[in-house]
Amino acid sequence: MDVSFAQTLWLTLKLAVLTTGILVLIGLPFSYWLTYTRVKMKPLIEALVSMPMVLPPSVIGYYMLVIYSPRNWFGEWLGRGFDIRLAFSFEGILIASVIFSLPFMVQPLHNGLRSLPDSFREASYTLGKSKMRTFFRVLLPNIKPSIITAVALTFAHCIGEFGIVLMVGGNMPGETRVASIAIYDEVQSLNFEAANRYALILFLVSLVLLTIIYSINRKYDTWKMM
Amino acid sequence: MENDVINIDIEKMMHTAHGSMNLAIRTSIRTGELVALFGQSGSGKTTLLRILSGLVKPDKGLIQFGSTVWFDSKKQIDIIPQNRNISLMFQDYALFPNMTVEQNILFAQPEKDRKTMDELLRLFGLSEFRKRKPDGLSGGQKQRVALARALARKPQLLLLDEPLSALDAEMRNSLQDEIVQAHQMTGVTMIMVSHDLNEVFRLATHVLCIENGTITRSGNPEAVFSDNSISGKVQITGQIARIDKQDTINIVTVISGNNQVIKVIAFDNDQENLKIGDSVMVFSKAFNPIISKLR
Repeated sequence: MDVSFAQTLWLTLKLAVLTTGILVLIGLPFSYWLTYTRVKMKPLIEALVSMPMVLPPSVIGYYMLVIYSPRNWFGEWLGRGFDIRLAFSFEGILIASVIFSLPFMVQPLHNGLRSLPDSFREASYTLGKSKMRTFFRVLLPNIKPSIITAVALTFAHCIGEFGIVLMVGGNMPGETRVASIAIYDEVQSLNFEAANRYALILFLVSLVLLTIIYSINRKYDTWKMM
Repeated sequence: MENDVINIDIEKMMHTAHGSMNLAIRTSIRTGELVALFGQSGSGKTTLLRILSGLVKPDKGLIQFGSTVWFDSKKQIDIIPQNRNISLMFQDYALFPNMTVEQNILFAQPEKDRKTMDELLRLFGLSEFRKRKPDGLSGGQKQRVALARALARKPQLLLLDEPLSALDAEMRNSLQDEIVQAHQMTGVTMIMVSHDLNEVFRLATHVLCIENGTITRSGNPEAVFSDNSISGKVQITGQIARIDKQDTINIVTVISGNNQVIKVIAFDNDQENLKIGDSVMVFSKAFNPIISKLR
């Protein structure tokens, strides 16, 4: 196995693990807030979260590039104040990937929380338990299938992400060249054997992840029936 | 003596499927009573229960438990449910599916205490199910766990939202006894929503009749329901304890919810479908009490 092949796979894995990890930390409190908030803007916020599912990655990629650009205040501020350049860097694709995978984390969690009867939360409150304790002891353990689905979907989606990484990160080996981009690159160079190796790995990883999701959900359904 | 009274004086605009209704409740309840909120569905019983628990905020008014203010719209006081030291038993029981029977009860305890938990499990005949999750329990068992869990919190006020409505008649009978037993044992003030007259008679020491958002009548069950305006002839419901045959008549002994013994004459043809243990209603027609089978 040559070095660049291993490097690309490592980068792909790193991006997916970090994105999923960050999204778990953001997604859990955010889904909780989204489920129980009564703000009037809720539909708009829900729409914004789901945008990455319907927009072409190039649209979000384009806006990310505009924001990252040193010609705009945010990019300039980052560059001048912290010497950070997000365009065509790993950190840049990580942020883009977090934003782009947000709905895949939030939606299953949001649906899971919504499916729980209100009485669970209320019973816990009337038994004297704080919101935090209720969240971790009562709500989260009862949406386990949703959590597993959210994590696996986010991870799988992240591994398969192509457009936004290409837009924001380009194709820099060791920095932004993930497997999906490497496939495109190898095919362009008529290097079909290398493309095939990447493709097969992505195919198998995604298949395994999705099979896990479906088998877990089935198991929970059978439990419920019993 | 002011610690012995729960004062309620609240108003809440309710928006229901049948339009808007103003819930305006003003009453005081002595602690230690087993109070039934009785009325048609949609009359505001459950909302009142949720207001007392702190889950629903009234538009204005005052709720005071003894000297502790739970809600005061003038002083902007609204104590959260966690700090009211209450338990609310939900109609759907709201047992946590991720926890076993044992864990559900331990979760409710302010301080983990396995000995008290064992006692509760024993009292409600749940010892052999302690390691089961709620999904593996029958309706009656779930109800018992919910009651045990509610008591495990050691509340000063236990609120029960139609605790028995989801159960069949036989199960209801045995669980009614357990509610009474729990009440007598702990001395906790209980407020129970019910639209089952039989249940009210059997359990309650005090009844608040709610119609269209206001209390129309209150007092002990006999006093409240012997007033004929609620239903022409209603007087007492209870269960048949004995049937003594004397010539052509039978003397039926009925025990009411408050363990009051009533003797009623039933003629042979009336008596045919009555047997010991039946739930019956005793009502008066002209001057003679007549008895007829309820179910």
